[in-house]
This record gives sequence, structure tokens and C-alpha cells, in this order.
Amino acid sequence: MTVRGLRPLSILSVALIAIGFGLVFFYAPLDADQGFRQKIFYLHVPLGIIGLIGFIVGGWHGLRYLRTGDPSHDLKAYVYIHQSQIVAVMVLITGAIWGRTAWGAWWRWDEPFLVSFLFLFLIYATYQVLRFSIDDPQRQARAASVFAVAAGAFVPVNFTVVRMANEYLHPRTLDNAANGGLPGPVLVTFLVCFGAIAVLYVTLVKYELLSKSTTFRLRALERRAGGDDLLPRRSAVLQA
Amino acid sequence: MKTWRAILLVLRKDLLLERRTFELLPSMSLLALGTIVLMRFALDQDEVSGDLAAGALLIPLLLAALLGIARLFAAEEDDAGIDQYLLSPAPAGAIVAAKVVGLLLILVVLEVVLVPVFALLLLGPSLGPALPEIVLVLFLLDAALAVIGGLVAGLAIGSRSRELLIPIMVVPFALPALIGAQAALAPVLEADPGALATRWPAVVGIYAVILGLVGSVLAEFLVED
Repeated sequence: MTVRGLRPLSILSVALIAIGFGLVFFYAPLDADQGFRQKIFYLHVPLGIIGLIGFIVGGWHGLRYLRTGDPSHDLKAYVYIHQSQIVAVMVLITGAIWGRTAWGAWWRWDEPFLVSFLFLFLIYATYQVLRFSIDDPQRQARAASVFAVAAGAFVPVNFTVVRMANEYLHPRTLDNAANGGLPGPVLVTFLVCFGAIAVLYVTLVKYELLSKSTTFRLRALERRAGGDDLLPRRSAVLQA
Repeated sequence: MKTWRAILLVLRKDLLLERRTFELLPSMSLLALGTIVLMRFALDQDEVSGDLAAGALLIPLLLAALLGIARLFAAEEDDAGIDQYLLSPAPAGAIVAAKVVGLLLILVVLEVVLVPVFALLLLGPSLGPALPEIVLVLFLLDAALAVIGGLVAGLAIGSRSRELLIPIMVVPFALPALIGAQAALAPVLEADPGALATRWPAVVGIYAVILGLVGSVLAEFLVED
């Protein structure tokens, strides 16, 4: 598998993150109600959205693997889900910090957003346990892909089910158009931060893809050099 | 071979096996009963109603279901039965569907035993007036648990740590169904039973249907080899 565009993507993520942080601290106005602590919004919300999209993209690649049997899709599903797991931990941490400063509590059970995100986190936390407890590489890829599709479908369903609860304490940042939406400078800052996190996410996905496929190639070469062809060569499995 | 026929054959085999060995139902009932006793002391209440009653009924059920799900493909895994099944002309996904139906039946039988025992031991208000609502909600919950169970047990075929994997995967998938069932049962189990809000059974039912649709697409990949 070839991974292209790592250098420009890395430079772009660093630049966008620098610009984003500059805008957050020097351009975006202080929130009238929450003051300085509202700034975490520019980190928490993009992370949440990107994390969820990543889970769904992982499910999409799982589906592609089941359709085509091309192991590179399984690898992509793995990497997207892995990166989204990391992002999900960050969402839970930044959310807890924001909740503590804005509501006075690290965690609220009456908030559908928090609860459904926790469910998702718990579901995806079992992905590696499932994957690495299956020895046969093809069976492993297939089970992991089935899981990725089922859990990916669970993302929107879960949010709908839990959201049927009534109380909304968590701000609906992106759909309060009735109040005139986000003010201009806030919206610009938010979009730049969103772009920065998105580019960073894609860059990290590409780095992990490169690292994983290089490891597989290295192992295959080692096995060939050692004359140990009893095991199926991983490169052969990857290209099968 | 027609899918329906394959499902019926596997289902008949499983039910026959359960009738002859009588392995699953007694263990599931015992675990559920033990958990009900545990609830009495964990909550330190002689009688429960409302929210507490719904929880004290649903947790034993979920634990018993976990036991059943862990054994769902036991017969197939022990003697490489799954390979022999795949040699037959039956469609691959049919065995998963049969397992889902079988689990649903076992859960229903379990509840026929368990709910009266629960009412006798722990439930404050009498069971009679709320029975139709309870039956409806529990049946929908069983359907959701059966679909989740079939999917997760199918995923865990060929895994080294099945008994570890199945509970940690079933519980988060079951959470939305459990929320719905809890919210639906709580007012019904009050001393002065309130009306059943249609929205909560609907949540459980729709959740089961969506998972069922996803599962029916994925079932064939679970056992293919």
C-alpha cells in the first residue's frame, strides 16, 4: 500500500492548528455567559464530530472489505477506528473539563449526548479485544469488519434512541439557527478549528496506515530471509 | 436449500438438544434467581416497585441472557460442527437466524418462570393488572437481546476468549434496549400502575428491528469460511 502526501498534510495540520489557536485566543470574542472557559468549545466540538465521522468511515471500509475481500480495506477500517478511539477519549476528557467549569459537574447522566457518546466508547473499546483474540488472519479481518459495520450503524441509531430523552442541558451548538446561529467571528474560528482537527485526523490516519503496512512488509521480508515459509506470508495475504 | 427450511432444521436440532441435555434453561434460571436474591440484599428492600422493580427484574434477565448467548454456538464449536454445517447446501446465514429464534424462545420460556417468581419474592404491587404491558415490553426486549446475541456470538466464533468477549460486547449493544425497557416498565410496576407510554416499547421494538436488518445483511459473513 502506498501512502501519499504525508509531508504537505503534516505541514498543513501544523499551520492550521497554529492559526486555529491564534484565532481562538486573539480573535474570537469572549462568551457573554461563560467567559474564557467557553474556549474549549473550539476543541471539544470538532473532536466530537470528527471522531464520530471516523467511526462511520471505519464501518464503510469494513463494508468494502466484506464486499471485495481486499485486505487494505480491513487495514483502513482498523486505522480509522483506532484513531477515532483516541479522539473519543479526548472528547470525553475535554467534555468533562467543560462540564465541570460550565455546569459544576464532571459528568451528567441526564444528558443524551454524554450518555450516547459513552455507549459508543464502550462498544468500540471491545474492537481490539475481538480482533486480536482471533488467530486466523482472514477470519480476524472478517469478524472485525462485521463488527465495524454493525457498530458504525449503531452510531446514528444510538444517538436517536438516547436523544428521545427530554432534557437538553448540553448546548446544541450547530442547530440553534432559531437564535440566529453562531456569531460571525465565532463561526469563522470554529470552522478553522474544525478544518485543523480534520486535517490532523487524516494525517494521523495516513501515518498509521504507512506504519502498519511497513511493519507487515518488514515481517514478510524477515520471514523470507529466515526461510520460514511455514506461515502464510503477510504480504501475500495483504494482496490476496 | 430454502433458507426457511434450513432455519427450521437448525432450530429443531437446537431445541431437541436442549430438551435432551436440559443444560441452558436451568442454569439461566438459577443465575437469574440468584441475582434476584442478590437484589433483595443489595437494595435492602423487602418489596420493590416502580423504578427499582424494573431494574431488579431487568438485571437478572440480562445476566441470564449473557449465559445463554455465551453457549449459543457451543454445540457447533465443540465438534467442528460449524464446518460440517458449511459443507451442507444450507445458506450460511440461516444458522445465525436459527440461533436468534432459538435464543428468543429460550428467553421467553425463562421469563414465564422468572416473572412469577420475581413477583412472589420481591415485587410489592400485584402482577395482575400490569401483565399485558409487562409481557409486551419483555417480548420486545427479548427480541432485541436475541438479535444482539446472535450477532455477537457469531462474531466470537473462532475467538480464543469467547467467554471474555461476549459479555463485554453484549452489554453496550444492549444498553439502548435496556433504557427503553426500564423506562417502559417503571410506571407499569408502580403500586398505582400508570399507563404504558407507547414511545418506550416503540424504542425497544425499533431498535430490535434495525439491529435485525443490519444483522440479516451481516449474518452470512459470520460463519462463512
